[in-house]
Amino acid sequence: MKFFFLFKLFVLKPTDIKDPEYYHKVVDCQYACPAHTPVPEYIRLIAAQKYTEAYMVNWESNVFPGILGRTCDRPCEPACRRGRVEDEPVAICRLKRVAADNKSNVSALMPKAPFPSNSKKIALIGGGPASLTVARDLAPLGYEIHLFDDQNRAGGMMRSQIPSFRLPEHVINEEVGFILDMGIHTQFKTRVESLKDVIAKDYDAVFVGTGAPKGRDLYELPGRQEGDANIHIGIEWLASVAFEHTSAIGKKVIVLGGGNTAMDCCRTSRRLGGAEVKVVVRSPFNEMRASPWEIEDAMHEDIPILDCHVPKSFVVENGKLKGMMFEKVIAKYDDKGGRALVNAGEADVFIEADDVLIAIGQSTSFTWIERDLGLEFNKSEMPVVDAVTYQSTLPKVFFGGDAAFGPKNVITAVAQGHQAAISIDLFCSGESLKNRPSPFVNLVSQKMGIHEWSYDSMVEIDNRQSVPLVDKKLALSDRKVEVELGFDHLHGFTEAQRCLNCDVQTAFSENKCIECDACVDICPTSCITFIPNEEDESALRLKLTMPANNHDQAILISDAVPGTKRVMVKDEDVCLHCGLCAERCPTSAWDMQKFFYSVTKAGNQCQIAVK
Amino acid sequence: MTYIRPKFRHPDLKTNDLGYTKTVYEGSLSTLCAGCGHDSISAAIVQSCFELAIQPHRLAKLSGIGCSSKTPAYFLSQSHGFNSVHGRMPSVATGSNLANKELIYFGVSGDGDTASIGMGQFVHVIRRNLNMVYIVMNNGCYGLTKGQDSATADEGSKSKSGSVNMFNAIDLPSLALELGAGFVAQSFSGDKAQLIPLIKAAIKHPGFAIINVISPCVTFNNNPGSTKSYDYVREHIELTSTVDFVPFQEEITTSYEAGAEQDITLHDGSHLQLHKLESEWNPEDRMSAITALQKTKINGEILTGLIFIEPESKDLHHVLNTVDIPLNQLTAKELCPGSVALEELNAELR
Ligand SMILES: Cc1cc2nc3c(=O)[nH]c(=O)nc-3n(C[C@H](O)[C@H](O)[C@H](O)COP(=O)(O)OP(=O)(O)OC[C@H]3O[C@@H](n4cnc5c(N)ncnc54)[C@H](O)[C@@H]3O)c2cc1C
Ligand SMILES: Cc1ncc(C[n+]2csc(CCOP(=O)(O)OP(=O)(O)O)c2C)c(N)n1
Ligand code: SF4
Ligand code: SF4
Ligand code: SF4
Ligand SMILES: [Mg+2]
Repeated sequence: MKFFFLFKLFVLKPTDIKDPEYYHKVVDCQYACPAHTPVPEYIRLIAAQKYTEAYMVNWESNVFPGILGRTCDRPCEPACRRGRVEDEPVAICRLKRVAADNKSNVSALMPKAPFPSNSKKIALIGGGPASLTVARDLAPLGYEIHLFDDQNRAGGMMRSQIPSFRLPEHVINEEVGFILDMGIHTQFKTRVESLKDVIAKDYDAVFVGTGAPKGRDLYELPGRQEGDANIHIGIEWLASVAFEHTSAIGKKVIVLGGGNTAMDCCRTSRRLGGAEVKVVVRSPFNEMRASPWEIEDAMHEDIPILDCHVPKSFVVENGKLKGMMFEKVIAKYDDKGGRALVNAGEADVFIEADDVLIAIGQSTSFTWIERDLGLEFNKSEMPVVDAVTYQSTLPKVFFGGDAAFGPKNVITAVAQGHQAAISIDLFCSGESLKNRPSPFVNLVSQKMGIHEWSYDSMVEIDNRQSVPLVDKKLALSDRKVEVELGFDHLHGFTEAQRCLNCDVQTAFSENKCIECDACVDICPTSCITFIPNEEDESALRLKLTMPANNHDQAILISDAVPGTKRVMVKDEDVCLHCGLCAERCPTSAWDMQKFFYSVTKAGNQCQIAVK
Repeated sequence: MTYIRPKFRHPDLKTNDLGYTKTVYEGSLSTLCAGCGHDSISAAIVQSCFELAIQPHRLAKLSGIGCSSKTPAYFLSQSHGFNSVHGRMPSVATGSNLANKELIYFGVSGDGDTASIGMGQFVHVIRRNLNMVYIVMNNGCYGLTKGQDSATADEGSKSKSGSVNMFNAIDLPSLALELGAGFVAQSFSGDKAQLIPLIKAAIKHPGFAIINVISPCVTFNNNPGSTKSYDYVREHIELTSTVDFVPFQEEITTSYEAGAEQDITLHDGSHLQLHKLESEWNPEDRMSAITALQKTKINGEILTGLIFIEPESKDLHHVLNTVDIPLNQLTAKELCPGSVALEELNAELR
């Protein structure tokens, strides 16, 4: 061997691929999903038209596939690898809906009550997705579940806030029903007024999933009291629409706020008689908190968004609201990225309005929790909750969903519900809550023949499919008409095929490598480099054929290759999982292996061990 | 099985002076065996042409028959190409070059295509100093016809079926040196760091430039006992020097250590920077090149790197004193100057 590489003494260790988190991180969408739904697994099932199976893979992880397939905040999509090699990510969220829409009857696949009792009793306060997830995880283990909610049906804000034109009621009823059918004892129209009273009963544990039900107001703004009859708090107003207490609004409507609630308020207003609905927001347009697609949907319904307008006063004449005055501002940024809204030097703007909806934020409300129970609250009146176990400082009381750390979204509530359920189960079995079950993982070769894989490895350039919409006139005439029609089978298939199968991992065995460079030469995205090892990962990253500049993505480092003692370094960043490296490898040093990762649910530790 | 290579490329791919990414220089998906050395050489050719910012339509790929000769399909798909009869690539190259000297002629051949059936053509194209690059993808066997020993198989080398080669090998670099080639190099498909600068220099060389690249046939000649296997070559490689190709626009920044470092200015002003590892070898001295080759051969080793270079080589057009305009651009006007000119010519001869 006469190669002239200088080998350093202390070099980087090979990547530990036995650590389940290594390959998990490569599956960008699953890693980004708070509940770690095995996305590519269900996308392949959709492509194979196995909708029921795809639905159940989802249900296992996220409990509400039909609801989430329409409303999820989709943290998976900005993370999707396809967005790094092409412009647009896979339409993961809407594919979930394809599974939900086309599944066959799944009730037979659901855990069937009655379950053998374990003589433990749990109280769930609030009936939103967080509590329902706890119920789903614990009921099959034999817990007797008592759920309290002040509304007349379960579902929490999924029912009271998310408008029917985005989420039809039958979808909520079906998925909430799967859980309530597990023998949950429900007490609706029952607002819990005292945690002390609940604790006094013989529950083994209490879960608080009461959400963030208090909408922010603008009390201090001039004219607020005088105009009260036509000024509404967004989330209260949406709930009263959902429960059919409100069925009309004035012709001219101002919606204050730039978040998703504002988007739902303005679109609902359009359906209840609002002909001139405007969203008015303080911040610049590109800093609005609402998801881009929600903003797009609002604009599609002819709702202008006026940015950089700060509310100054409600204008009331003869006891009747006439409109609002706004100050025009511009955003100034300092070096630290801080933002200040400063007067633009323009005249104040008056906007006419018959009604104003205030949608500028929401918060938790714990007036019903006594402060002498030993349950600590922090300075901002939030309960002190452990971010891993969801236990409060009162050991038998657990929190989850918006009640735990403030308003987030459904999928976060579900993920936290799963974790709280694990904690409650450990707590009731007298075990340490720190003893969390490890995820279930599996890594299996996909090789079927010499150049054949059991997954569809071909990667083609295909644009993201857009979801067809119902006719706008029809949509605006009835708040219950669902706007999105969902993908049909063909669009669902085409979109599913865009998925790069990031869970089919490139596994490398240096001992088989003869350094023929075949993988290096074939790799379309230049991910692979054979290189003398370094002491420092950042230095190594820069020396690769294509420098691995995206530090959010791992690099796979092999042990020294027998021939030249160099190491193989693969940047996971833009790997297409096309399998060409493995196809081109004469010695099968590369193999494509399917990685399955699933978060272990409460009580499943032993089952997993048996698997 | 994948029949297409995905079109996606790394989003940060660099562009060359023409604004092209490497993609422009690629060819179709290879059908050679997985792990064939020839594919690595194709990749090195793609990289070299990309880095030199060659206009793809100013290059002609020429080859004979063999797995090696199939490779032009797998690189430079936007260039001209001619896949000739077995061993006859040099004649096609000679004809094309004489007709249009403005193109870059890039010949690819195998050891069978060159050292057996094409030997007659090979020696003459060297002798004529045709301005071309001649790459031999040398695997010591006839890959395409299932791995029979070729004329470059070393004596004693064992084939996959266990038979031992009884004949002496033809050493192509020695032969080329003997026949007066102005650029002789030897390399290994598994060492792109060396191969790429050599290909670039060969393209810039104004005459016949041969690179004999040991390129293992992973299917028929990568077995223990073979002297053309990945393992054997890696273990027996000796380097003349490390090579760096520096395009002429770029400033030379390294400083030279007397003796070990050598800088060679090429015909177009670009440079080859060598860090010499072989003592008593001077790449500009044919005798020392021949000696270095012989010496390593006796030691049972394989000498790679630049072996010999004569930067100001005089190619066939120079020898024939052809006109400046490429012959294919001459029109009837120049070729048939008319009766007056004929008269004048005849008068000169009377
Ligand atoms: C307008 C709007 C639109 C939204 N759109 C989306 C969306 O598209 N996608 C998304 O993912 N998320 C969305 N969200 C957020 C999402 O609805 C919540 O994050 C999620 O529902 C939180 O779930 P949870 O279980 O923590 O609580 P909640 O869903 O809020 O449920 C809490 C339940 O507890 C009840 N309750 C409260 N206090 C008591 C008490 N003392 N006694 C008894 N019952 C009580 C409440 O009435 C409610 O039914 C939206 C929110 C709003 C306001
Ligand atoms: C005139 C003629 N004779 C014989 C053959 C059969 N033949 C095809 S390829 C080949 C040898 C190729 O060997 P080499 O040039 O080393 O290429 P490799 O496949 O090893 O890369 C032979 C003898 C032919 N195609 N044409
Ligand atoms: S390509 Fe598929 S597997 Fe990869 S991140 Fe996107 S959805 Fe997930
Ligand atoms: S699977 Fe292999 S060849 Fe394909 S992009 Fe990833 S590393 Fe490259
Ligand atoms: S037979 Fe040998 S030379 Fe031909 S493609 Fe296969 S490995 Fe390469
Ligand atoms: Mg050959």
